[in-house]
Amino acid sequence: MKSLFFTQPFFQKNGKSVALFFLVAIVFWFIFLVIIPQLYMLDLSFRANIPPLERGGPKDFYTLEHYRHFVFGSKTSADAYNFVDLGVFGRTIIVSIFVTIANLAFCYPIAFYIAKIATPSTARLLIVSLIIPFWINELLRSFALRILFANEGVINNVLTGIGILDQGILFITYDVGLYTGLIYAYILLMMFPLYNAIESLDVNQIEAAKDLGSSTFRTHWRVVIPHAKPGIVSGCTMVFMLTVGALATPVVLSSPNTLWFPQLIYQWFNLNDNWSRGSAYSIILLIVSVVFVLTMMRIFKVRIGEIIR
Amino acid sequence: MSAGVELKDVSVTFGSFFAAKNVNVKIEGGEFFSFLGPSGCGKTTLLRAISGFQDPSEGQVLIDNKDMLGIGPNKRPTSLIFQNLALFPLMTVAENIAFSLEVRGVSKPERMKRAGELLELIALEGQGDKKVHQLSGGQKQRVAIARALAVEPKVLLLDEPLSALDLKLRQRMRTELREIQKRVNITFIYITHDQGEALTMSDRIAVMNEGELEQIGQCDDVYNNPLTPFVATFVGENNPLFGKIKDLSGDEAKIETSDGVFISSIDKSTNLNVGDEAISFVRPESLFMVKDGNDYKNKLSVKIENIEFEGNVKNFYASLYSGSKIKFSVANAIDTSEIEASSQIELCFDTSKSIILPKGALATE
Ligand SMILES: Nc1ncnc2c1ncn2[C@@H]1O[C@H](COP(=O)(O)OP(=O)(O)O)[C@@H](O)[C@H]1O
Ligand SMILES: [Mg+2]
Repeated sequence: MKSLFFTQPFFQKNGKSVALFFLVAIVFWFIFLVIIPQLYMLDLSFRANIPPLERGGPKDFYTLEHYRHFVFGSKTSADAYNFVDLGVFGRTIIVSIFVTIANLAFCYPIAFYIAKIATPSTARLLIVSLIIPFWINELLRSFALRILFANEGVINNVLTGIGILDQGILFITYDVGLYTGLIYAYILLMMFPLYNAIESLDVNQIEAAKDLGSSTFRTHWRVVIPHAKPGIVSGCTMVFMLTVGALATPVVLSSPNTLWFPQLIYQWFNLNDNWSRGSAYSIILLIVSVVFVLTMMRIFKVRIGEIIR
Repeated sequence: MSAGVELKDVSVTFGSFFAAKNVNVKIEGGEFFSFLGPSGCGKTTLLRAISGFQDPSEGQVLIDNKDMLGIGPNKRPTSLIFQNLALFPLMTVAENIAFSLEVRGVSKPERMKRAGELLELIALEGQGDKKVHQLSGGQKQRVAIARALAVEPKVLLLDEPLSALDLKLRQRMRTELREIQKRVNITFIYITHDQGEALTMSDRIAVMNEGELEQIGQCDDVYNNPLTPFVATFVGENNPLFGKIKDLSGDEAKIETSDGVFISSIDKSTNLNVGDEAISFVRPESLFMVKDGNDYKNKLSVKIENIEFEGNVKNFYASLYSGSKIKFSVANAIDTSEIEASSQIELCFDTSKSIILPKGALATE
């Protein structure tokens, strides 16, 4: 953003009117589509849940009830804490962390291969074959995975068909389908920052390390990964944010007895018609995600400028 | 400890293109050996074959009389200094230098001690904690050398390491490199397109053109007795006089050109016969002006076109009767003030200071 607002070249290159249009468009986009809805939700999350008609009436007051509910549960419940919602929340965060790590582990070798080993034509082919599946929308991709992983699905049918297994594996019940789907869903958002970061590394650096006696593992650990760190953090934060907030994939691939936190939010908004509580839950998710990302940047000593670059 | 390096019939091909072709050379242990050739002639490729980054398509690379086939770059007793140095920008100077020890599992205190010693060798004591980008060009250069030496290689390979430096620094680094080589007493294999660098530092040089070695020898020998027209024109400057052999006698030959008949020296190995097309080469510094040239065998009458003052010498660019161009240089100590553009003068050269070679491609630069 900063470079767009404060550099003269953008104005000079595109002419004043075009530049002004972009500037205004971006400011509008930011204010109307990002800031105002979020502020509205923030406000809503502190209000009692009442029908729109009663707004401003005696029942309209500020309250911490929705946040309290998230931690302690319904006032009529016997439990000391809201174990169900906290459980869903904790599981969502922890699984998302693992999904992010798995995504990184999966993408790093591929990104390295494309950036530094493959010939240009192979690299192009690989990039295209990574992108094409994403022309299909997320929901359909999730259903495709469901077809693969269902109890009577393709994988189980093949495995039992050729006699490797007597009985199908319960992929959906054990959430294997969900984890696979979540990893797969945001793979490009990991791949591209990683690829960009690794691509900019001088091959001589890798060869120099090797020439000095370094093993492949150590070359990656000491030379490639430190160089790619901004890309790694950038990819991880994006994947984590989106995984934690995923809805379509969990709806299709979750086992019937587990919930993903955004599903909970969806329920408050749409099924229970409690927008205030839905807002509170959204805000909680947002805050935890942002804290997570900032912590990550702190740990890896990466500044926000490096990530955007 | 130093080791000899031998290349036996080494060829490197990329597709059908020969980047190196039938290279044969034996480099002695402890020698400062340079490959000299124009950019794109295959020098880096050859160095990569020695360091193990490039497998030769044919032939053998022997280091210390051991065939290196199948031995990776991290297992060879060589260390490579890259054209762009390839220092690790995210590590400190000391970490860079000690990297090879780190990967060998040497303890940190010991590593840092060794890095300290090497920093002393390159006259950068106490600067180990700096980041690479805080160093000047010459200092980076020296850190790259120290990093390569930390492994205690038997052979140090240098890929045009001075090309990024400015002239003064480059000249100082030449002396410094030579001194470091003498101190550590290992084999240095140096590649460069700069003949000045090669001639000042090396014990021996190999002149390379389009993937092939044209001549191997001691610097003065290659300069004084080039074996091919390419070497004659690439190593130092040379004026070609094209013609046909008219007469051969011992180590002299008579060549007839459109600007006269000259007697030049000839090497027996050149196998020229009377009637063959040939070139006589005369260096700019071997041409001298005469007032009345009747007493001399090799006379050229030229018209001055351009004069260039270089400091220690004055360069004159002139055209011959046939239209071909010739360059000659006169030491500044000699008074040449009466010669100006379009003066008509006579030049001469000694038979022993010119050399006849079979017709062939010249260096184009
Ligand atoms: N990996 C490669 N693939 C194809 N051609 C190459 C490769 N490496 C070098 N070459 C070609 O081989 C020739 C010699 O290159 P190089 O050894 O780098 O020359 P120099 O170091 O003498 O400038 C060049 O024409 C170059 O384009
Ligand atoms: Mg090169």
